[in-house]
Amino acid sequence: MALSSTARLPAAKSAGPAGRTRRRLAPYGFLAPFFVLFAAFGLFPLLYTAYVSLHRVELQTSEQMDWLGLQNYTRLLDDPFFWNALRNTFTIGVLSTVPQLLIALGLAHLLNYRLRGRTFFRVAMLMPYATSVAAATLVFAQLFGRDYGLINWTLSSLRIHPVDWQASTWASQFGVSAIVTWRWTGYNALIYLAGMQSIPGELYESAAVDGASRWQQFRHVTIPGLRPTIVFTVVVSTIGATQLFGEPLLYEGNSGGGISHQYQTLGLYLYEQGWTFFHLGRAAAVAWVMFLLIVVLALLNAAIAARRNRTDR
Amino acid sequence: MATPRVRRSTAALGSTVLATALLLTACSSSGGTGSKDSADGKVTLTVDLFGTFGFKEAGLYDEYMKLHPNVTIKQTDTQDEGQYWQALQTKLAGGGGLADIQGLEVGRVASVVKKQADKFTDLKTLGIGDVNDGLVDWKGAAIKTADGKVLGAGTDIGPEAICYRTDLFKAAGLPTDRTELAAKWSTWQGYLDLGKQYAAKAEAGNAWTDSAAGMFTAEVGQQKVRYSDESGKAVYDSSPAVQTAWADATKLVADGLSAKLAQWTPEWNKAFTTGKFATLSCPAWMIGYIKGQAGEGATGKWDIAAGPGKTGNWGGSYLAIPRTAKHPKEAAELIKWLNAKEQQATLFTKQGSFPSSTGAQEAIKDVKDPYFNNAPIGQIFSESAKAMPAQVLGTDDGVIGKAFTDALGEVERTNTAPDTAWKHALDNVKKANGN
Repeated sequence: MALSSTARLPAAKSAGPAGRTRRRLAPYGFLAPFFVLFAAFGLFPLLYTAYVSLHRVELQTSEQMDWLGLQNYTRLLDDPFFWNALRNTFTIGVLSTVPQLLIALGLAHLLNYRLRGRTFFRVAMLMPYATSVAAATLVFAQLFGRDYGLINWTLSSLRIHPVDWQASTWASQFGVSAIVTWRWTGYNALIYLAGMQSIPGELYESAAVDGASRWQQFRHVTIPGLRPTIVFTVVVSTIGATQLFGEPLLYEGNSGGGISHQYQTLGLYLYEQGWTFFHLGRAAAVAWVMFLLIVVLALLNAAIAARRNRTDR
Repeated sequence: MATPRVRRSTAALGSTVLATALLLTACSSSGGTGSKDSADGKVTLTVDLFGTFGFKEAGLYDEYMKLHPNVTIKQTDTQDEGQYWQALQTKLAGGGGLADIQGLEVGRVASVVKKQADKFTDLKTLGIGDVNDGLVDWKGAAIKTADGKVLGAGTDIGPEAICYRTDLFKAAGLPTDRTELAAKWSTWQGYLDLGKQYAAKAEAGNAWTDSAAGMFTAEVGQQKVRYSDESGKAVYDSSPAVQTAWADATKLVADGLSAKLAQWTPEWNKAFTTGKFATLSCPAWMIGYIKGQAGEGATGKWDIAAGPGKTGNWGGSYLAIPRTAKHPKEAAELIKWLNAKEQQATLFTKQGSFPSSTGAQEAIKDVKDPYFNNAPIGQIFSESAKAMPAQVLGTDDGVIGKAFTDALGEVERTNTAPDTAWKHALDNVKKANGN
């Protein structure tokens, strides 16, 4: 629409055929930088990784590549550590994504009211997101420290038995999830807030006239109005959870994901294969499995969302 | 109308190109820690190390720069050797970002010699092929390839002893005299027995030693064959060295003598100041580490005695010059100087890193350390070094060692049965090596 209306402008008419071609090509010119960069830093590595994943390649002798076919992939399926990492990625993903999105929704709802100093609160929400993973994780690792951590100190002063937040399976997964939740809740809250503000105020007014309580307004006006936003945040959080890496890596400084691999995610498993054990081919196979997993999860999300929309109508 | 728009698009394209160019140059310049030199013959040598080598702390760089006014030395340092090694391997594979001199841990040299001989400069081609001649025999042999290339220069070795807290010993009614203690813990069983005596009287939460891993590593380090035998065959699951050390370390846990700390973590570092443990397996280089962690405030609280078996080797390092080094000649001169017996002796006196040079070992026999109650560290570590076995080094020693210490962590921190944890350790090694 916009393009055809500009084409009708008098100045455009005066331009010769050369000008018209140039104008038709201009959008491609604007798009080109992204696609050139994407090809160089996105597509090429992706395809090259696929190529590497079909070979035996060791980091220490990386010039040498032996064809293996799909062996790196079939080997993964036999590897209990792979399944362990997949399971951990799932449990940590659920432990962090679910509370994160629920809290974000609640916070956004509160911020949507006319509050004194709400700009301050909105900016404050984004602060954790602006903090680097490394800094946040190091602080949390101190808080969760077994002997000198603040959390265990509080627990023991309440006469509750202190917890080994790094060695125990559930406690360590909870610790890692807490960092993720802390970092991303505010970010999601702001996205929800933006979504909420596009819901017309009249809906709330008429709901209020009908005698709906705030909770009822939230359930029957806000949530349905936010559905596309919620689908978006779920997709983005799922992708983020599948790729979880920095937090578990720095949580204890153990690249194996803890002494029993109790919080080793797929990202850490990939890193361990490639940069602790130097099996680049296997690491590439893990990378591709993760990529496919994310594609499947995204499609699944989209399918669920589409179904929901259809049944609504 | 058309012209400004075109101009704008060119400007946009131009700025994108510029941004891309900046991005690319940023990448390439951050990839190189290599040095830039001015035309007047000044040379900046880069040195990349792990842990605490102590050259800087002992003032050796300053002295060298005074002797060679045209040379500036820049050192970078990664505390954790595991992380350092990973970064080094990535840089070697990529061929960029390497310093003129890179440190190598003894547990890694077999891997370097067998797999990466082409990535480091043969020191013979730089005229310092004899740099390892004055060292203990095995030190130089370990860094020599089958066809005679010398890939690095040996710096220190890690003779073992036990460091202990005299104040905590006194409070628990144990003797504090080093000869008396050395006699009591002349075997690992004696060490465990004394630990039980300590635990009976010590305050709650105040353990005998820091970790099962420390004891395990020290005990394994006392045998010639550890994780693989002379033919290069993996024997970690059957070698008596590993099995007895495992049995003793799990006994330590069962007796409740471990503070259950993971070595090299912030919690471990903090425990040095709070007195959470009373003894620590102490290779010579640990002296510098204790001083760094416990600080000046703990002067006189620590002491050192000869440990069980009175020998063993834990760690030690080499300096190597990567193929891509910018100033191999100058780097070789620096290495030769740092490695000379005078400098190795200074390093021990000031930092505790025990010399691999036999000449320096002669010179430091009478050194005492005021921080450790004037303990005769020269004598204690010299005796430990004299009885030291020429360890057989395997290509995967680092990975195997970590698998076992992680598994001991499971035993002490998650109450895993020792047999189950042992299986985990074997699984982990297989995971690292299996095809």
